[in-house]
Amino acid sequence: MSTLAVHDHGLVHHEEGHEHHHKATFLNTYVFSQDHKMIAKQFLITGITMAFIGMLLSLLFRIQLAYPDKSFPLLETLLGRFAPGGRLSPDFYMSLVTIHGTIMVFFVLTAGLSGTFANLLIPLQIGARDMASPFVNMLSYWFFLIASIIMVSAFFVEKGPASGGWTIYPPLSALPTAMPGSAEGMTLWLISMVCFIASSLMGGINYVSTVLNMRTKGMDLWKMPLTVWALFLTAVLGVLAFPVLVAGVVLLIFDRSFGTSFYLSDIVLNGKVMPFEGGSPILFQHLFWFLGHPEVYIIIMPAMGISSEVMSVNSRKPIFGYHAMVYSLIGITVLSFIVWGHHMFVTGMNPFLGGVFMITTLIIAVPSAVKTFNWLATLWRGNIRFTPAMLFAIGMVSFFISGGLTGIFLGNAALDINLHDTYFVVAHFHLVMGSAAIFGMLAGVYHWFPKMFRRMMDDRLGYLHVWVTFVGAYLVFFPMHFMGLEGVPRRYYAITEFHQWDHWLNVNTFITWAAIMSGFAQVAFIINFVYSIFWGKKTVQNPWNANTLEWTAPIEHIHGNWIGELPTVYRWPYDYSKPGHEEDFIPQNVPFSQTMSSNMPHDFEDNPEGLEEFNKWTSTQKANEEVK
Amino acid sequence: MMAQIQQKDKVNLGAKKFSMWIFIFTSFMLFAALSSGFIVYSGGRGHGLDVILPQAFMYSTAVILLSSITLFFASKAARQLQFAKQRLYLWLTFFLGIAFFAIQIYAWYVLAIKMGIYFINPNASRSFIYVFSGLHLVHVLAGLAVMLNVIIASYRNTPQVKNLFKMEMASIFWHFLDIIWIYLYVFLLLNQS
Repeated sequence: MSTLAVHDHGLVHHEEGHEHHHKATFLNTYVFSQDHKMIAKQFLITGITMAFIGMLLSLLFRIQLAYPDKSFPLLETLLGRFAPGGRLSPDFYMSLVTIHGTIMVFFVLTAGLSGTFANLLIPLQIGARDMASPFVNMLSYWFFLIASIIMVSAFFVEKGPASGGWTIYPPLSALPTAMPGSAEGMTLWLISMVCFIASSLMGGINYVSTVLNMRTKGMDLWKMPLTVWALFLTAVLGVLAFPVLVAGVVLLIFDRSFGTSFYLSDIVLNGKVMPFEGGSPILFQHLFWFLGHPEVYIIIMPAMGISSEVMSVNSRKPIFGYHAMVYSLIGITVLSFIVWGHHMFVTGMNPFLGGVFMITTLIIAVPSAVKTFNWLATLWRGNIRFTPAMLFAIGMVSFFISGGLTGIFLGNAALDINLHDTYFVVAHFHLVMGSAAIFGMLAGVYHWFPKMFRRMMDDRLGYLHVWVTFVGAYLVFFPMHFMGLEGVPRRYYAITEFHQWDHWLNVNTFITWAAIMSGFAQVAFIINFVYSIFWGKKTVQNPWNANTLEWTAPIEHIHGNWIGELPTVYRWPYDYSKPGHEEDFIPQNVPFSQTMSSNMPHDFEDNPEGLEEFNKWTSTQKANEEVK
Repeated sequence: MMAQIQQKDKVNLGAKKFSMWIFIFTSFMLFAALSSGFIVYSGGRGHGLDVILPQAFMYSTAVILLSSITLFFASKAARQLQFAKQRLYLWLTFFLGIAFFAIQIYAWYVLAIKMGIYFINPNASRSFIYVFSGLHLVHVLAGLAVMLNVIIASYRNTPQVKNLFKMEMASIFWHFLDIIWIYLYVFLLLNQS
């Protein structure tokens, strides 16, 4: 190995040689770092910041929903022209809803979640020194940061941020004069998303390439932890889906700024007939949802992977049905591309086509149920350690079940006509992908915090955080189902304008207070997070007694992850509580020759020599027994 | 030890080549999305293309095909360590790329000025011609940059491993540009009436 290194060094010396010979300065360690561990932390902290912004926006519009006719002079002080007379203006309310959705879906749960954990875990868990291209990885973060700044900066333009909903359907989004939010705010939204997509693609390409090319010796695909499987398939989804959004957005930009008519037809604006002719707004919905539906799986799959890993570690049991878990992830990946039409049941779609989309949608329940049952079976009779991370992972499963069940209702074309664009939908997706994904992300943060920051988070604050958030999220989203069943529409500024829904006002007030309570729980998190980074208890190398490779790397972060040779992998990552072994975990880099007493015949399925050794060993054991 | 790590990092050429293939897949998805958009639009709104495409597109197709061939010879020369020949073919490919670019712009001129088929068009099927060829040209610009990068490297004393790697990356990308243009052109021809 070392001779090879010396021999080849001359040949490859020039390629990016400059970056490795720099001294570690503040700038290249903390800012323009190409180390995947640092980039993961950058993604995480940016993601958490965006999450708090998104949460504050939601609390603002919750105040409007709870007290539609009251004025709060404080709001005018804080927001100025956006809240004249202490009441949010309707336009600003729409902006809040739009930017809340955009930030949460893209900036927190796509980049914040995948960006953090794919960067941290992929190289560490497959045993690689870094990503396939560390430089592109760094660019991915910087594009994300620029996108975040542009998205938030929309609050500082005169007419306010985009306000046509996070789905930016034309014609509203395509006509700058249609409403205040469609002016500069919409332009900024589009610029921000272009940067975001560039970031996502650069990240995704890197993740896929790293997983497929840079696994350490012995790490075949079926020995990869489920986190890596999930993050890998998420990256595949992103790589396939985001270009389609680019296509949709490019055509939208042409319609907005060049006067083409891809999406626009028969428009009368402010009493003036517009020249657009022949376009089809439904075309945008097709392009958008072809990305948009895989996007919700881009959000939930990393959370699934993280929960699987955390639940297996903390149940001290192998994950139940490892292969089924992987195949169901693959199934979800494939199916997610042929269900987008279920967002468009009420666009006048051919009922036959609606039926097709309905069937494909309902089939997704199968892999989802496989995963759910496997999680529950993993917990079953496990030696469970209720760490905060574990509670978050269990919470993720809970939200995924209760939110997933309503998906079966919404997936029916006939029922969807009734439920479309009501609070039922809001309740559904906030539970199944909002709360579930954020719980998966928080499980990951608590679990891998020692790996990232070399210190432990405080457990008591963690328990406070998890329980208040868990109860709060249910109190917020559960009542919304009933509102939706009675037809209360989402995105309305003041439902009191329609007197048949007057009696829902006190429910709205209740939800708002539950949301404020959950918001306070996040303060407990941020205190814990920041405090622990600097003053938390120092961690040991493998604080959770886990099997995966990241815990074999030294606590101190070094560029290249492992000192000396990379670890070799001999076994799958879920050898917890294996009968016959004195400890309840066997890391992946422990060879079978060191664990003779716990080996099983099926450990040697494609290893005849090992099986022979194993049989020899068991027969001598037996012989010894007989002698005794 | 450190040298070893660095060496590992740098010999990730295989992974980088793989990344290039994935990137190509993403661009392919972009054009697939646009052509599906075209199908949904023209099928749904009953607006066909109904244009005889300018002859210029035929010439540009020939030019980009030729550029693929010259690039193939450049790769071959690089493998046989004939660097002067490699440079010559690389320059040829580069100029054929520029010629392609120019002919595409000329085709737009014919479309717009001579035939009166503008980008801003009540029949968006016709706007799609510009979108297809325009986004392809954006990719061609990137391709020319990649090509220039290889040419510059070939004048410097680049190690052969590196030279071949760059050649290969450029080839994958440029042949893809060739194929995707043929796909777009055939797609437009099939939908001409």
